[in-house]
Parts: sequence; structure tokens; C-alpha cells
Amino acid sequence: MIFHKKVVFAVLLSLTLVLGACAPAASQPDAAAGEDAAAEGLTIGLILVGPRNDHGWSQAHYEGGLFVEEHLPGSQVIVFESLNPADKPEATVASVVADMVEQGAKLIITTSDEFEEDTTTVAASHPEVVFINVSGDDARTGEAPANLGNVMGRMEDMKAIAGCAAALNTQTGHIGYVGPLINHETIRLTASAYLGARHCYETYRGEDPAALKFDVTWIGFWFNIPGVTLDPTEVANNFFDTGVDVIMSGIDTTEAIDVTAQRAAADEAILAVPYDYLNACDSAPAFCLGVPFFSWGPAYLALAESVAAGAWEQSWDWNAANWDALTDPGQTDVGWLDGPALQGQAASDLHDFIAKLAAGEVDLWAGPVNLRDGTVYVAAGQSATDEQIWYLPALLQGMGESQ
Amino acid sequence: MTRPAWLAQLWTLAPVLAALLLTSLLLVAFGASPAEAFSAMWQGAFGSQDRLLTTVAFWIPLLLSALGLLVSFRAGLWNIGIEGQFILGAIGASWVALSLQLPAPLQISLEVLAAMAAGALWAALAGLLKRWGVHEIFGGLALNNLAVILTNFMISGPWQPPEGGSFRGTAPFHADALLPLVGSTRFSLVALALAGLAFGLVLLALRNSRWGLRLKALGRNPRSARLLGVSSRRETLLAMAFCGALAGLGGALRVLSWFDSLRQSISGGIGYLALMVVILAAFRLFWTPLVAFFFASVLSGSIVLQLRTQLHSSLGDILTGVMVLLVLLFGNREVLQTWWSEVRSARRTPGRQS
Repeated sequence: MIFHKKVVFAVLLSLTLVLGACAPAASQPDAAAGEDAAAEGLTIGLILVGPRNDHGWSQAHYEGGLFVEEHLPGSQVIVFESLNPADKPEATVASVVADMVEQGAKLIITTSDEFEEDTTTVAASHPEVVFINVSGDDARTGEAPANLGNVMGRMEDMKAIAGCAAALNTQTGHIGYVGPLINHETIRLTASAYLGARHCYETYRGEDPAALKFDVTWIGFWFNIPGVTLDPTEVANNFFDTGVDVIMSGIDTTEAIDVTAQRAAADEAILAVPYDYLNACDSAPAFCLGVPFFSWGPAYLALAESVAAGAWEQSWDWNAANWDALTDPGQTDVGWLDGPALQGQAASDLHDFIAKLAAGEVDLWAGPVNLRDGTVYVAAGQSATDEQIWYLPALLQGMGESQ
Repeated sequence: MTRPAWLAQLWTLAPVLAALLLTSLLLVAFGASPAEAFSAMWQGAFGSQDRLLTTVAFWIPLLLSALGLLVSFRAGLWNIGIEGQFILGAIGASWVALSLQLPAPLQISLEVLAAMAAGALWAALAGLLKRWGVHEIFGGLALNNLAVILTNFMISGPWQPPEGGSFRGTAPFHADALLPLVGSTRFSLVALALAGLAFGLVLLALRNSRWGLRLKALGRNPRSARLLGVSSRRETLLAMAFCGALAGLGGALRVLSWFDSLRQSISGGIGYLALMVVILAAFRLFWTPLVAFFFASVLSGSIVLQLRTQLHSSLGDILTGVMVLLVLLFGNREVLQTWWSEVRSARRTPGRQS
């Protein structure tokens, strides 16, 4: 028996060796092509926390990469997807970055809060490469080395629109929000959704905003990791079982709208607002109120062009919507797209709200804004600064929270 | 039934070849060149000194877990709770790293000891549950879940980083709490030395000790082992604790060298991977490091595979998974012969009800 196993491994090893020996011959043309491409145009490394086809956060980034390839001649985007310890215990930001640099990447975009610290560390060891961490603030706080910048879209306004759409359509007066993990980004986005919901519930429906129930359940990560996070499918079902009739998604993936579609097919009067990805409504259009989406193409193209021209400078960018092109992913960094389930009066009310937000006639962050425990965060008569919004420390008064 | 011996021996290779063939077919089906894919994997695992060291750095915790499993398997125990023991080790090491600040050698020794103790305790708990009638597979799975919940609780609560947030990880440990690394890789000579020590210890325990014999007796036939005076309770607990200690050491190396802090999904399934390694190695000590290294290389290599070919990097998981599955299905000739003779006897008696 021992002998047999030895034979197995001798063959295994020799096979590997043979394959390895084949390697240079097989990969030489590719390597040459890679060098040519590097000489011609920019190679961009794109690191995703989830899969590129998640119909959510990661897919929006992936399509941003494709947008750059389309509009910047000679550019090439290399993608590494699902970089997280649950899916890829063998990979780290540093090892993926090293491989991308070896393939000629001059711009590397790490597209998650999950990568913030590792990006800062690894950027310092590759000073010749420009790094962009999406959603981070190290370029703002001064923790970042000179070759690291941050970019984020001002999703807060779009989340307010999403919250408004939910409030205009709830019959039970109870909205559920499937949240990812808790950090400054997710707190301020969830709070923005609540502020929009509250405003529209009062302004357009004439209801008491204090009577609006808005519950958040944090699942524990950006997407479902079986056995580690709460299961978003279960969270969504729990919401509907406890009187919620409109559900909003704050996670990277599509469980909220999927559950809504399943249950609505059994004649439940329920609706959903997905998140992140332009086409997120497509899986269940009839029950979709619309989607607040990220469009990374324009920002990534600008970054790629400046790196290619050698003109990139460190910055922390929080890109606002292009209010005149809110549905055009080629022209705005964040947007809102109506879903087929948004009808009649609710649709016209929502568009009125959007027009007022765009014109600056409505300021959702005007005081008083109180934190969930009652602490005054923005005093009456004042409006929150960008810094106050970015670093909002807790959910707001009137919101329910569980994890 | 008297086939030539060389044919029987060749048959042992079938699963490995079949796994490579199946994966190649899969690649062809997706329009990719198998030669290119396997060469990208090779480059990814061994293409440069840094890559080789990274592969080794990933291999070490996997090896430690697999070595531990050899001991628990010897005693006939299915220690599926190894994943949780690995995680508890990471938590134990993090506890020392976050609460003490001593000179590096002392600090690291304490971290390693705490990790081994935590892993051993978690494993002993599964052993105790077995004594109370809960099979170690079910007890182990429950304890794995608890270990994940404990991690989430610690990083969202008591060990939350100063900037707040939940479920992300602790702040990085101070420099003296971390293992010295080689260059810009996550490879540490200390970790390699610890793995070498562990290998020697398992070799000693299994080959040259009375304890090893007792475990063997217990694993082969618990009833006659009891007649021979082997205490199954005691040996079960000890074998579990031994395995848990090594897995805990593996977990410590994850937080002290691979990462620099305790994070969510700190193991990412290395414990389960170790189970596959040990099964593929047919529970043999000297094959275990080789198979573990093969697994580490395939997984490490699949990073570059994804970057070069833009194929899904799960290909590495598929290759190893298919290999283990095929070995389990066909690796054992006796099973195959039994299966074959059953098929034949079933054919001979067509009227038999099934």
C-alpha cells in the first residue's frame, strides 16, 4: 500500500513538473503580449470583495472597469474577484497586488472598505504604482502614503430618494432595511435612507413621521457568508413576517429583491428597493420601486486618464450626483433609476422630491438631527457639515436596530 | 479476480489522473487552454522566491492542522471541530497580543501557548460532549459555529478597533506581538520551525510511543482496547486535545504572521481543508506534508491563474475537491471490488427486489 501511494505521488509530482516545464513555452506569447500592452496603454488592477457578477456592488465596479477599457484606448483591466478570507483564505491584498504589479499594473483600485488598511500598507511598498481605495478616508486623514487616493460616490442623496420611494409606498408604515456590517459608511447611508423616508412620509402623505417604523438588521458582512453572517434571505423573510411591506437593501447582493419576488408571487403586497447596481431591478421588475446605483465608470476613467498622463495627484473624492443625468451611468457617479413598481402619485411625488433635492430646496440634514440614543448631533438651525455626515457615529432617533 | 499486480497498482493512480483530466475537460469546455492554466498555477505557486515563500506560509497552518488530525484519526475520531479549534487558537493568541506588551520572544511564546491551550480546550470540549453521547462530528460542528460567533463578538465588542465599526477585525497588533517575517512575504522562519517541531512530535507520538499504540488500539477496535486496559475516555480526550493544540497553533500563525490582527473568517476553512489533506494522504504521516503542500500550491497558484487567464479562481478548489472525491470513491480497491462483485451478483439474480 505504501508503495502504491509512492507511485501516486511520483506520478503526481512528475505530472506537475511536466506541466511546469510546458509552462514557459505555453505562456511566452502571452507574456510578450502583456509587455506590448503595457507599452501601449495602461494596465489597471481591480480588486473586488465579491464576485464580478453579483448584480450588486462588485458588478458595478467591474462594469466601471469595462467602461475604462472601452473609452481609454489600449487600456487593460485585470480583475481579481471574491478577495475575502472566507472565499480565498490563501490570498491577501498584498499577494494579489504583487501579482498585478508584476503584470504591469500602474493603477490598482481596491473596491472595498474591507481592503482599506491593507491597501495603505501595501501602497507604501509599491510607491511607483497609484492606488485607489474605494470608500476609504486615509487620503483625507493623512494616513495614506502619497501614492494612495480615495474615491466614493455621494450615495447619501440616492439613499434618501430610495427611502422616500419606500415611504411613499408602504401601506403598513413599516420599512425594513437589510444592512451589511456597521461602519461610518453604512451608518450614514442607512440614516440617509431614513431621513428621506421620514421626510416624504410627512410631506407627501401627511402622516406623522414619528409613526413610521424603520428597522435595520445588520447581517455582519457585505454579503452572506454561510455560518458566519446572518442569512439575508432569512432577515428579509423575518421583516415580511413582522409587518414590513417595503424592504430596502444595503448589502452587496440581491437577496432582498429575490425574497420579495418569491413572496410577492404568492400574492403578498410587498415591494423592494435593491441597491448598488444599475440593473438590479431586472430580476423582479414588477416589485421593484427603483434602485440607487453606483456608476464607477466616469470616476475610474478620469483616474486612469490622469495616471496614464502622469498627472495624477492624491485626493479624497466624494463625488456628487450629476442631477441632470441621474439615470445615465456614463455621466454620473451615483444615480437613481425608477423601477416599474413605482406608479401614479408616488412616482410624481418622488420626482418632486428629487427636483427639490437637486435644487437644494430640501436639506435633510438640517437640525435638529438626533442620534438614536437621543444625543443632539446637529442642533436646530444648523446643517450637518460634510465631515459630520461622513463620520455619523450612530443611527438616528426613530430608527430600530438589531444584529 | 487475479489481475496482474501492475494493473492493480496502476489503478491507484486513476483518481489523480482522472481529476486532472476532468479539470482539463472543464477548462476546454470554457474555452481555456489547460496547459496555459496549469502553467499559470505553477507560476503562481513557485514563480518567484516571494511566491514560493507565500505558498509555504499558507502551507504551515494547514500542515499543523493536518498533523493534529492524524492523531485524532488514529484514535478513530472524526474531529471535524478542528475548524473551531483553529479559530480558538487565533482568538487565544489575539487575547495575549492585545492584553500584554512584553519583549518579543516572551510575548510570542505566551501567544503560542495561549493559542495551543485554547485550541486544546475547545477540542477537549468536543471530547467531553462525546462522553455524554454527542458524536464528535455534531459536537464539533456546533463548536465550530460557536467559535465563529465568538470571533464576531470579540471583534465587534471588546476588541473593536478605535475607529469603531463591526465585524471587521481588531486593530493591528503591536510589532513585538507579531512573528518576524522574511522580506515582504508573510513567511516566518519561526512558524516553519514550529511546524518542524510539531512534525517530530507527531512522529514520536504515533510511531514510538505507548500512547500511539493505545490510540491505535482504540481506533481499530474500541471494545478490545478496553479489554486490554486502554481507557477510551482518557485517550479520546487526550487525542482530541493534542489535535486541538496543533490546530490552535495553526490559528495563532494566521493572526501573528499571515495577518496582523484577528479578523472575521480568520480560518476561511483551513480546518476543513486539512481533513481533505489527511484523507487524500490516506492518514499516513509522511504523505501529509506533501499533500498539504500540493493543496497549498494549487490554491496559491490559482491566484495567478485568475489574474492571467481571468478564469474563475475556484478552479484550484475544483481540482483538489474532485481529487479527494475520486480518491474516496475509487482509491480503495477493496471497496471497488466489493462494489463490482455486488453489481455482478445483482445481474445474476435479476428477479431480486431492490
